[in-house]
Amino acid sequence: MSELPILEKIAFNVIQGRVEAEDEGIEQGLQGRPGVLELVQAALDQGIEAKKIVLDGLSNPMEIVGAKYESGEYLIPDMLASAECVGGAMDILGPHLIDSGVQSKGTFVLATVYGDLHDIGKNIVAIMLKGAGYSVVDLSNNVPTPKIIETVRNTGASYLGLSALLTTTMREMGEVIDGLKKEGLRDQVKILIGGAPTSSEFASEIGADAHCRDAFSALDTLKRMAG
Amino acid sequence: MAEAFREGIVIKPYERLSKDEVKLLDKASMEILADPGIWCFSERAARLYEAHGASVTEEVDSGAQCWRIRIPAGLVREAVGKAPSSIVLGARNPRNRLLLDAHVPRVYFGSGSETNIWLETEIEDFQSLSNPEYRIKAPRFTEKRGSADLLARAAHLCDQLEHLDFFIRPVNIQGPEITADNHDVNKFFASLNNITKHVQAGLTLRESLGDVVHMAEIVAGGTDALRQNPVISFIACLFKSPLQLVEDTAEKVFAIVEAGLPLVISSSPQGGSTAPIQEAGMVAQINAEVLAGIALTQLIREGAPVLYGSVPVRSRMDDLHDLYGCPEFNQYNIDCVQMARFYGIPCYSTAGVGDAKVPGMQATFEKLLTHLYVALSGAQYIHYAFGLLDRTNVFSPLQALLDNEQIGKIKHSLRAPKVDPDQVADLVKTVRKVMASSHRLFARYARKAIQAGDVSTPYLFESKDHHDRVLENAVSRLAEIEARPNAHLDKGTVERIYSEVPGLLSGLRKAAA
Repeated sequence: MSELPILEKIAFNVIQGRVEAEDEGIEQGLQGRPGVLELVQAALDQGIEAKKIVLDGLSNPMEIVGAKYESGEYLIPDMLASAECVGGAMDILGPHLIDSGVQSKGTFVLATVYGDLHDIGKNIVAIMLKGAGYSVVDLSNNVPTPKIIETVRNTGASYLGLSALLTTTMREMGEVIDGLKKEGLRDQVKILIGGAPTSSEFASEIGADAHCRDAFSALDTLKRMAG
Repeated sequence: MAEAFREGIVIKPYERLSKDEVKLLDKASMEILADPGIWCFSERAARLYEAHGASVTEEVDSGAQCWRIRIPAGLVREAVGKAPSSIVLGARNPRNRLLLDAHVPRVYFGSGSETNIWLETEIEDFQSLSNPEYRIKAPRFTEKRGSADLLARAAHLCDQLEHLDFFIRPVNIQGPEITADNHDVNKFFASLNNITKHVQAGLTLRESLGDVVHMAEIVAGGTDALRQNPVISFIACLFKSPLQLVEDTAEKVFAIVEAGLPLVISSSPQGGSTAPIQEAGMVAQINAEVLAGIALTQLIREGAPVLYGSVPVRSRMDDLHDLYGCPEFNQYNIDCVQMARFYGIPCYSTAGVGDAKVPGMQATFEKLLTHLYVALSGAQYIHYAFGLLDRTNVFSPLQALLDNEQIGKIKHSLRAPKVDPDQVADLVKTVRKVMASSHRLFARYARKAIQAGDVSTPYLFESKDHHDRVLENAVSRLAEIEARPNAHLDKGTVERIYSEVPGLLSGLRKAAA
């Protein structure tokens, strides 16, 4: 592997899900070799354009990882490891991409609504979105409605993801949407909701744009929305 | 030969009896062997016991000549003390050999017993009478009489079941071509030619032993090679409970021990009919029977490889038939495992028999109850564990596949904990890393455990929707497994066996390509 050009090394390590040098991969004996973060920094140091790193080193291998997951070869932890590689790389590459006029796929605000502490699903969505090239603003859990509205306004977000696990807290999603309407922000943002008790019917009832069963469904929905 | 063995699962044994209780039961067994003693229908065995200090008197019992033997505790202890505590059971594939050590609670699971019915399962569509739109898939069961071909099929299936460690034929062979004279050679050949794991069976005719051993020598690579890697071993149920030593079986025990091959001395009293139903009485009696048998093997030949075979069952109180899926079955069996450990002899134990007639919820309950409980005892060699239904009357290949999944999960549950300083330090580091991340999710770090084989998979036959499709999914899986190629012996070996061993059926003559 040491003979490979650096972009191929990045791609290889994304597929292996190795964020940094101390990580193990799918294959044996990789621990201690540079991971995606070290390699991305080295590529920038070599003067490789950030856009090229994203395309050849990150996007294409994520397609391969997605196919491996679809075929059952990869499990969720493998998928998330690769997505974390891309997310971490994007943190490094973000300023360079802005400098070169390249935009992210959009800002995505994520929150588990007020009164609800459950955030495993929401966290998986955050990792996957970041890995897919979105600029993610994760507000964590138990987020008061005014804070969500304020963040949508301040970031100019194109997307808002709301999560709830409890039937008692899912109603808060409707409060967020009503609040966005009152503030004149509803048309600015596509709203995706998720969580065990939610459904497409509930999404329609509260005026959300889509219900997503899981992180993969969220990515599919976003692809459809982007046309 | 490389010292390769199947891994089994080494557990921390659950001990039901205290040390004092074990000693009390040991003493009770010795008292039983001294008075009333045993009713021995083999003069040869009687004379051997007598030559070593037992008191023997001739009697007539139920019209048959019988020798009443009162065996002193000293004789039993001295003879049993000569039995080896560690035994190797060989296999065609050396990696499938088993290491049975009385002092190491390494658990292996295998099949058994000699049922007469093979239960075939097909999945069919059924339509509601009241609503023709409503259809379900459900199993339809068909019974077949056991045959040599079905035994070969069972051996092939059991070779594929990764959690099955040894093979005791689960189906009897019948049919117009099967005679008393060719029964043994055909059952051993149908097994050996279709499985690379250890093969064990009872012997129908003592006179067949020479042919069976010769066949095994050809498979193992010679006379000495067979003793080094005993690809076959035998089971002898020497006692007809209560306390009656059977002449025919005694003759087989003499022959097998003299042939230098491993042997299980088993006994299967039924609590409530042929033994006391109370735990203490049952265990004292079966222990007496097994010890008398093991002592006989050591009087025949010191150091003969022998297993302590316990198959204690309880009777139903409504019809006095066997009852397997009940708490007393576990109590009896676990006690016997402890007794075997006390004497330093590897234990052939019993679990996984269903009273249920077909695969389903009752079978699952009964099997899990005993599979798990007896495994916890640390029995080295658990037979009856795959596919048995309707007590020991039916073998279902589908049930064997379901049992394989269950036993795999049990083996995983009983794995030794991985808690050591390196492991702990690594995991504390992981906790710190995850807590420093935005998402606080440990999923990525599960990969290391997955790759190390430490993460179990979901139930193999689960359904993705709200319908129970376990049997439907298992039937599909079974078809897949049965379509795999057989691990037949090579052509030269098969030809040699057919030319040197008489009585083999032509239909079984299949060799590796």
